[in-house]
Amino acid sequence: MTVLTPLDTRLAAPPTTTGRRRRGWRNGLTIVAFLAPSAIPLAAFVLYPMIQAAWISLHRWNLISAMQWVGFGNYTKLVADPKTRAAFGHTLFYVVGEIPLVFVGGLALALALNARLKGRSLLRGVYFLPVVTSWIVVALVWRWLLNPAVGVVNHVLALVGIQGPGWWTDPRWAMPSIILASAWKDLGFVMVILLAGLQSIPEDVKEAALIDGAGPWRRLLSITLPLLSPQIFFVVVISLINGFQVFDQVYAMTGGGPAGASQVVVQQVYDLTFRYSQAGSAAALSWLLFVVILVITLLQTWGQRRWVHDA
Amino acid sequence: MSRTRIGAVALAAVGALVLAACSSGGSGAPATTGAGGTTAAAEPVTITYSNFISNGGNEANLAKIVTAFEAANPGITVTVKTLPYADYYTALQTDVAAGTAADVVDVESATYGALADSGALAELKGVDASVYKPSLLAAYQRDGKQYGLPSSFSTVVLFYNKDLFDKAGVAYPTSSWTWADEQAAAKKLTDSANGVFGDYQPISYNEFYKTVAQAGGTFLSSDGKKAAFNSPQGIAAAQWLVGKNGTVMPTAAQGAGTPDFDSKLFHDGKLAMWHTGIWMFGANADAAFTWDVAVEPGDTQKASALFSNAVAVTATSKHQDAAQKFAEYLTSSKTMVDTRLAAGWELPTIADETQLGAYLTKGAPANRQAVFDSLDKTVLAPSIGANQNQMQDAVTAKLTEAAAGRLSVQDALSQAEAEVNALLG
Repeated sequence: MTVLTPLDTRLAAPPTTTGRRRRGWRNGLTIVAFLAPSAIPLAAFVLYPMIQAAWISLHRWNLISAMQWVGFGNYTKLVADPKTRAAFGHTLFYVVGEIPLVFVGGLALALALNARLKGRSLLRGVYFLPVVTSWIVVALVWRWLLNPAVGVVNHVLALVGIQGPGWWTDPRWAMPSIILASAWKDLGFVMVILLAGLQSIPEDVKEAALIDGAGPWRRLLSITLPLLSPQIFFVVVISLINGFQVFDQVYAMTGGGPAGASQVVVQQVYDLTFRYSQAGSAAALSWLLFVVILVITLLQTWGQRRWVHDA
Repeated sequence: MSRTRIGAVALAAVGALVLAACSSGGSGAPATTGAGGTTAAAEPVTITYSNFISNGGNEANLAKIVTAFEAANPGITVTVKTLPYADYYTALQTDVAAGTAADVVDVESATYGALADSGALAELKGVDASVYKPSLLAAYQRDGKQYGLPSSFSTVVLFYNKDLFDKAGVAYPTSSWTWADEQAAAKKLTDSANGVFGDYQPISYNEFYKTVAQAGGTFLSSDGKKAAFNSPQGIAAAQWLVGKNGTVMPTAAQGAGTPDFDSKLFHDGKLAMWHTGIWMFGANADAAFTWDVAVEPGDTQKASALFSNAVAVTATSKHQDAAQKFAEYLTSSKTMVDTRLAAGWELPTIADETQLGAYLTKGAPANRQAVFDSLDKTVLAPSIGANQNQMQDAVTAKLTEAAAGRLSVQDALSQAEAEVNALLG
């Protein structure tokens, strides 16, 4: 920006009133033209449904009959319902369990695959493959792997003398099973982002640290991680947003069961709409979730000044 | 569950393609007819029928009835869309909300009330009531108006593998068996070393309301306004179900409750006794062992689950007359009766029981008389309207927690009672 400003003034039309007006009009058109490809889908598929959902959330509606106005009744009922608290609790459990796992795993992979390693392009591709695979496919495969009776995981555990748990069939292990499958799938995404960050760290900084006698840990903590902080920030923001919206894997692996042990917020939204015919409550719950995510993201954006290194 | 859902999505997609193909093919034809005085009924129409009753083995039998209907009614073409039961209601509700529901749809007694009340179903006028069993026909009336025609009924009986009974030297189940007899036999029949289980009965709402009745209790109070299952009878019923878990019956960790687990176990000859519906007759006709059925054992009394399905015409249908004609054919024609009886499918709901006699001699299982005997003492699924699914889920969830050892049976029932009362209140 700072480089462009003098150039901009030099090329500008003489400051006559008509010229300035015409230039403003054309500028505006250019801006609109450039924004349109993302603004139109955003308005049609995000903003409009959100407004519509807000309207629905103020009604009782079974999807079929006419809507009945209930004001904020759906919200007060949801806040008082222990099922809502349970759903947010399970979602939080997921976020707290999954994000550290993918972050540490993704960082380790990125560091390993940033080194000069034989066949690293192939390995990068292999670790990224789950990211582009459909969640339904991944979930079904993991259901088989973690099948308590005939799954590979428990079979291998049995070979080394460990009696494997009931995984997704056991209320205690349903959420950890989902976290395991999700971490496996999301690892590649974190790896790619951090890998890109690692490659943008200038060699001279690393060399300077090496010459100063910094060991590998010192270099990781004092050079690599601070210089990687913009990418780490991005990964954490995206992971948190996606984490609170966790659904596909839950729907396909457990459907929220057994006994509601993995009932996350979005699964609850789905059930309210399609199983219980309470579209109003479902819309209200999705707005509650939106507010929670918005607050968390704003807090992060505010907090980033303290730890994110400005490149 | 998820596999069947994906199946449903795929089926729906295929169905949509088929529908699109048919409607575009059919729309050209009527333009040439009707130079003068042609009635609407004579114009070729295509109606759609969305069903779950033929899913899982009876698709060809339904096709036979549809073909016969089309032959008897020139000018009416029926396009059939079949969905798994687990996804059917979600799909129907979404279709109704989107205004894309089929002309004729399957409904069932527990959930059809909410649909009828919302105005999604068309009233059926001029139906010949005399051909149907009056009690089943009445189940699909609201305020004296008919919104559905019963298409079939079924009961749940005790299936048993005769070969496994012979091997263990246990006497076959009889109609006078009680829970105690079943329990004693199940213990002797369970052979963990060979992966053979003595018994299988899902730990779910559907089994629970029935076993409460078998223990002499009721699921809801007589006025239907309160839960009544947190009683000594209810506790006995829950203990009966939960107590089988992990002793004579596979646990969830052993695969119980996953799709097709129990039907596969029985078909593989690894399950001695199985509580399931007569709709499983056809799927086991080719079993490699001999099997039979008996009326389900009771505790203090017998109580067999009775389910019925029906077809309804949607209010948005553009071909109401043709749709009703098909609905009547599907529920009362001779072809339907013969096809159902020959296939061992769920039973027709016709009033004329002499036509049903053939059912008794149509092959395995030998003791088909048990199906009629089970009708002597039946229990209907409690129906509470809009909150039906929530009630069912709540009860199943609490029983599952008890089976997993996370709640005592008493606590599970107390918590389920509170939830159900909240849904009723």
